[in-house]
Amino acid sequence: MREELLKIIERNSRIDLKELAVILGVEEIDVVNELQALEDEGIICGYHTMIDWEKTSIEKVSALIEVRVTPQRGQGFDNIAERIYKYPEVNSVYLISGGYDLLVTLEGKSLKEISGFVSDKLSTLDSVLSTATHFILKKYKDHGTVLTKKYEDTREKVSP
Amino acid sequence: MKDMLSKQAVGLKPSGIRKFFDIVSEMEDAISLGVGEPDFDTPWHIRDEGIYSLEKGRTFYTSNSGLMELRQEICNYMKRKQGVTYDPKHEVLITVGGSEAIDIGLRAVVNPGDEVLIPQPSYVSYEPCAIMAGATPVIIELKAENEFRLTAEELEDAITDKTKVLILPFPNNPTGAIMEKKDLEAIAEVIRKHDILVMSDEIYAELTYKEKHVSIVEIEGMKERTILINGFSKAFAMTGWRLGYACGPGEILEQMTKLHQFAIMCAPTTSQYAAIEALRNGDEDVQEMRMAYNQRRRFLLHSFQEMGLECFEPFGAFYVFPCIKEFGMTSEEFAERFLAEEKVAVVPGTAFGECGEGFLRISYAYSLDNLKLAIGKLADFVGRLRQNEKKF
Repeated sequence: MREELLKIIERNSRIDLKELAVILGVEEIDVVNELQALEDEGIICGYHTMIDWEKTSIEKVSALIEVRVTPQRGQGFDNIAERIYKYPEVNSVYLISGGYDLLVTLEGKSLKEISGFVSDKLSTLDSVLSTATHFILKKYKDHGTVLTKKYEDTREKVSP
Repeated sequence: MKDMLSKQAVGLKPSGIRKFFDIVSEMEDAISLGVGEPDFDTPWHIRDEGIYSLEKGRTFYTSNSGLMELRQEICNYMKRKQGVTYDPKHEVLITVGGSEAIDIGLRAVVNPGDEVLIPQPSYVSYEPCAIMAGATPVIIELKAENEFRLTAEELEDAITDKTKVLILPFPNNPTGAIMEKKDLEAIAEVIRKHDILVMSDEIYAELTYKEKHVSIVEIEGMKERTILINGFSKAFAMTGWRLGYACGPGEILEQMTKLHQFAIMCAPTTSQYAAIEALRNGDEDVQEMRMAYNQRRRFLLHSFQEMGLECFEPFGAFYVFPCIKEFGMTSEEFAERFLAEEKVAVVPGTAFGECGEGFLRISYAYSLDNLKLAIGKLADFVGRLRQNEKKF
């Protein structure tokens, strides 16, 4: 049931336990125990909410930053990654194969705030060789959810 | 003009679903549980192949039997899923949906006066197709106490010296019933004994929720007397592409191909290219959809249990078939009142044969949220009916 459970709550972490037990065909207590185990094992790392900030009056700007760094002996990329992810404005840090090393995503209130972060904090780190910042203009799909369109049932209402 | 119409065509009963459809479609805000097709979109990689084939200008007829590449993939698929070998050259025909295969399959094998055995409740087209093929349909009424499976006794009782072919509609629309290996072995014995043909409509083969689907062609001595029908509509959510296929003995397929050639020419080319992709890379999509259907199935059965509505556990297709006999109404009355009072459409069991009386077909090709809303209304409705009963 583990994989199926994870797939369901990855899409809807607010689903209630009773319903979860029904659709998985197990007892509620088993769901509770499994969720606890998944949290303990660090497989479930959090229960977040997807928000389309565009539709609010709150200003937010997101950016992707490609970062090239010098890996350190014995540490590889871990040290520098940690230095970067500790900034609260940073959303995610990935080690990437290919033309650059780290992909950093972050959110700020404005373009200025993000460019300030890049020029003052990120580029000045010793191991950082270069950065390239890409601002996100529009989110079409995020976390597997299409943000720009609503599902519409276009089927005939009754069919054999 | 006098006698303008074919008596046989005029004599066909219109589908029981049609009437209901007309009422529902006039109701703007009705919630429907009456749909017989998947709610999922065709997986994008499959649609993409269809688009790509158009871009490349593959807009011509294919051979009558269908693209060789697709027939080969179907054979690979049958081998992979059912462990049965078919020859793509002589034993596979690509049709316009499973429906066409039913029609031409019957026309290819029956002669006037032959009897076609049709277990009901079942899909609406078997009976009219048998009639238009010049045969006499003989209905076998399946029973709730057998979970709507076909038993060897029922089959034996229906067979006469005129019986030519048995239609085997499992996993079943509308009941959701399946036939497991032991059930198939039991009827296979009768079929072999009386030397009759089988038309096995396995369009819902990918949608079973117990063990994996077993086909009658896996049973000894059955493949050589069976027209197996399947297609892409239900498994890959491709209803609108209109693509199905038949596998069977070369002699029968040769006749079917002739009928297909004269009536249809060939199945849609775009759909055939998309279908190749579905068979090559679609297994995971099917698995995901099956998982979602199964969750909804469990949800519905649990809800029925909670409201005390009698329903056997169906393990196939995407329908449940609850019993409403306790309310003393016909299926049609129940469905019409439910629609009028709660604006939820379900299909009366009688649309699939008279023995569907006392049952409803509820489709779970809907999102869980949608089902929750509709089932909440069903609980209200059922509660009200029981309340009224108490009053009198």
